[in-house]
Order: sequence, then C-alpha cells, then structure tokens
Amino acid sequence: MIVFQKVSKIYDGCTALNNVDLTIKAKEFISLAGPSGAGKSTLLKLLIGEEKPSKGKLFLDKQNIHLIKEKDMPKLRRKIGMVFQDFRLLSDRTAYENVAFAMEVAGATNKEIKQDVPQLLELVGLVDKLNQFPHQLSGGEKQRVAIARALIHRPSVILADEPTGNLDLLNSWDIVRLLLKINELGTTIILATHDREIINNLGRRVITLDKGRVIRDEENGRYIL
Amino acid sequence: MLKTTLFRIIRSGWQSFTRNYWLSAATVAVMILALFVIAGLTLFNVMTQAIVANLEGRVDVSVYFNKDTDESKVLAVRQELVGLPEVKSVDYVSQDQALKAFQERHKDNQVLLQSLQELDQNPLEASLNIKANNTSQYQAISDYLSQDRFKGIIDKINYKQNQDIISRLTRLTGNIQVGFFIISLFLGLLAVLVSFNTVRLTMYTWRDEISVMRFVGADNWFIRGPFLVEGALYGITAAITTIIIIFPILYFVSPKITNFLPEVDLMYFYQSNFWEFIFLLFAIGIVLGGVSSLIAIRRYLRA
Repeated sequence: MIVFQKVSKIYDGCTALNNVDLTIKAKEFISLAGPSGAGKSTLLKLLIGEEKPSKGKLFLDKQNIHLIKEKDMPKLRRKIGMVFQDFRLLSDRTAYENVAFAMEVAGATNKEIKQDVPQLLELVGLVDKLNQFPHQLSGGEKQRVAIARALIHRPSVILADEPTGNLDLLNSWDIVRLLLKINELGTTIILATHDREIINNLGRRVITLDKGRVIRDEENGRYIL
Repeated sequence: MLKTTLFRIIRSGWQSFTRNYWLSAATVAVMILALFVIAGLTLFNVMTQAIVANLEGRVDVSVYFNKDTDESKVLAVRQELVGLPEVKSVDYVSQDQALKAFQERHKDNQVLLQSLQELDQNPLEASLNIKANNTSQYQAISDYLSQDRFKGIIDKINYKQNQDIISRLTRLTGNIQVGFFIISLFLGLLAVLVSFNTVRLTMYTWRDEISVMRFVGADNWFIRGPFLVEGALYGITAAITTIIIIFPILYFVSPKITNFLPEVDLMYFYQSNFWEFIFLLFAIGIVLGGVSSLIAIRRYLRA
C-alpha cells in the first residue's frame, strides 16, 4: 500500500534520503530504526506531503503523493494519522477539543463528534481527563491524546515519529502497547525510533536507515548498527 | 454544513481570544492606542476646520455706495451678488444703520458725537458686507464689482486695503490644512503599522499550532478563519474601549478648548456624530485586526 521507488531527498546539497526503495503492505507494523539524522523523519515528512522528493516516486494506495495538489493535501493528511515526539497538541484546547478538532476539520457532525471522541479517549485510557488542557497532562497522557487524535479519521496508516522520545520507560511501553493494539485492529503502523530496547522486544519488521540509505530490512528484525 | 463550519470557526476564534486573555489584552491595548490616535486626529481635524472657518469668517469685503444712490439700486446689486456662486452671504447696512452702529461704537467719545450732530446730514454711506465661500474668491468678487456699470453708484470697495491680509490668510489656512493632512497621514500610518506588527507577533506565537492544524488535515480556510475572527475581535474590543475612554477625556478637555475657541465644542461634535464614530472605529478596528491576521498567518500556511 506504501511504495517508495528510488526516492531521494536533497536539502541544499545535503542528501537526507538516498535512492530508497521500499514496499510496506497494509496492516504491517514497521519499526524504522537508525540514529539521529539517518533520514527517518524525512521519510515520514515525504509520506504526509510536507516535503516533496527530489527524485523518485512515492505512492500511498496507488496514488502518487508527489502529484497531489496543494488544495487536496488536507484529504491526504486525514488518511494518515501522525504522532510526534513533542505531541503537537493545541495548547489552548482540552483533550476532548484536541480530538474533536480533527473531526471538525473533516466536516463531522456534532452528533458524530459527541459519540466518537469519548469512545476514542476511552480506548486510550483518558476518559477521566476529557476537560484537561495539555499543560495539565503528563507526557504519557499527552501522547495518548495525540494517538486518539491520529485515530479519529480511522486512518489506514499511522506514522509515529519518536513517540516515546520524551517519555519514561513505563509510559513508553504503554504507548507501544497502544500502537500494537491499534495495529491488531487493522491499521498499518510505521514507528520511527532509535530506542534499541523497544525495537528488539517488538519482534516485527525493522527497516534500518543510515545516512539516508536503507541498510537493513528484516522481518523479526533487531536494532543493529 | 456551511453554517456548522462557520459556527465552528467563530467559536474557535472566540475561544482563542478569551482563553489567551493576556496575549489578547496586550494586542488590544496596542490597537486601542492606534484607534485612539485615529479618533484624536478626527477630532483635531474638527478643531482645525473650526479655526480655519473662524479666520475666514473674519474676512469680508465691504462695498460703499454713493450717498445719493437709491436704496432700491443697492438692493438690486445685493440681489445680483447673492446669485454669484462665490458669494456666501451679503448683508445690507443702510445709512441709518451705519450711523447707529457708529454712534454705538463711539458712545464714549462725546467730541466725536457732538461734531456728528453739527452736520446737517448723515455722512455715512450705505454698504454691502460680502462674505465669500473661500478667501481666495474675494478677488473675483472685487473684479465683478469693478465693472463700469457699477461705477456711478459705488464709491469704494475696501478689498484693495484688505488685499494683503486676505492673501496672507488664504496662504495660512491652506498651510494649516496641508500640514494637518501630512501629520494625520504620518500618525495614522504609524498607528496602523504598530497595530499590524503587534498582531503579527501574536500570530507568530501560534505558528506551531498552525502546523498542528495542518497535520490533522485542516484546510487553509479552517485554519485562517479562527485567526481572522480573533483579529476582528481584537479590533472590536479595541474600538469599544476607545469609544468609551474618549467620553471622560472629552468631558474634561472639551470645555477648556471651548474657552479658547468658542465655536469648537468637541463633546457636542462627538455626541452628535456618535454613530459615525462607532462605525469608523469598528470598521478600522475590524479591518486592521482581520487583515493583519490574514497577512501574518499566510506564511505559516504554505505547505
């Protein structure tokens, strides 16, 4: 469902991705490993259309992302859920409103919002924190809100860019377990991380990047550099 | 659907405005300053106009008629003058009225009054006091009256004596108006730029939020809308506050100005043009806040 065909990305003469060929099937759980600056975030940015490849083609559900018009980008982004290391919640909105916002932008009715948002927040274990603002939540709780928000459009794929980077061990595993649960429900997950322990314990496909190249792609892989 | 989206955009703008009250208060405060400067300039303009009108009102041209001229002929000339586009008003002063005015003016000067009584007849001439719409038009009126057909009845036109002062006054009033226009333009522009920059800084603090909105799939209008509403709310709040604070200021200042310039009553002007002021300040506030927001967030909307 996601295909990278000889994709390169060059920023001012600096190669962030170099000739990447990849195929990711639906419902897979992929760990994207590699040190900082390996090209993990660039790869995710290309997938959500925030950056355009310098060379090559990139398909999501057979649609060439590079050719999507600016005005149709919001539709693409609703098909992909994003989770970030720094949570990226709207600071002046409650947990409920942050999740509801993602539904509002897609034109959901008030009835749908009232029905779906509490359900999702219950799924991520935050039903008692509906009216808390981000600054009143712990790091783990913020990341759960972000995951609930990413799930709201029932996306076919979730891109998680270092989602445990700002969390302690206990919370990190809570988030990873939540992502595994979402994957079991049928959503493709691409988890970009440099956390060796998490990758080694997952026992799923691991794609390792270094200096913009795919240096290893293994089922039941491990973090080896 | 459109109604729901519109409602959501407005609610979102309102929430941002009220929840970030310190940021809103700071932005509104700067806009109040800007609107206050603009309102102040408008009121100052009223004052300068009154000063100019007052100066111009003191200038007139008097035409004195020979003593043997029939009153009907004088009135006919008056009628003619009233028909000229340059003429604002023409007052007829008969010989008797001129005499009474002279006596009144010199009632303390017994010598002068006695010598007047010695004379067999009234030595003063009937006259027409002419006021033009504009000081620069007196020359034309004077030329009109210098035509040959009036030579037999008109003794003298005092324009020639006043010509120098009139032309100086014309230059002065012109300079006042141009000077005021330049100062207004400069201060108004300054106020607008300061406001614009403040809104821009406010929007700068939202740049991360804007990128978040884009990531969850909001289209540009769904992002822009609430900021536009927020900007307009800054303008509306600033306009309301400015309208209110002008009242106590005028309450104290207006009587003092009236003492100096009796024909200027700023409080009366403010009250009688209250709705125009509301409209002006609201329009400037909303446009300034809204447009500044739109321009400021434009750069963050580029995907």
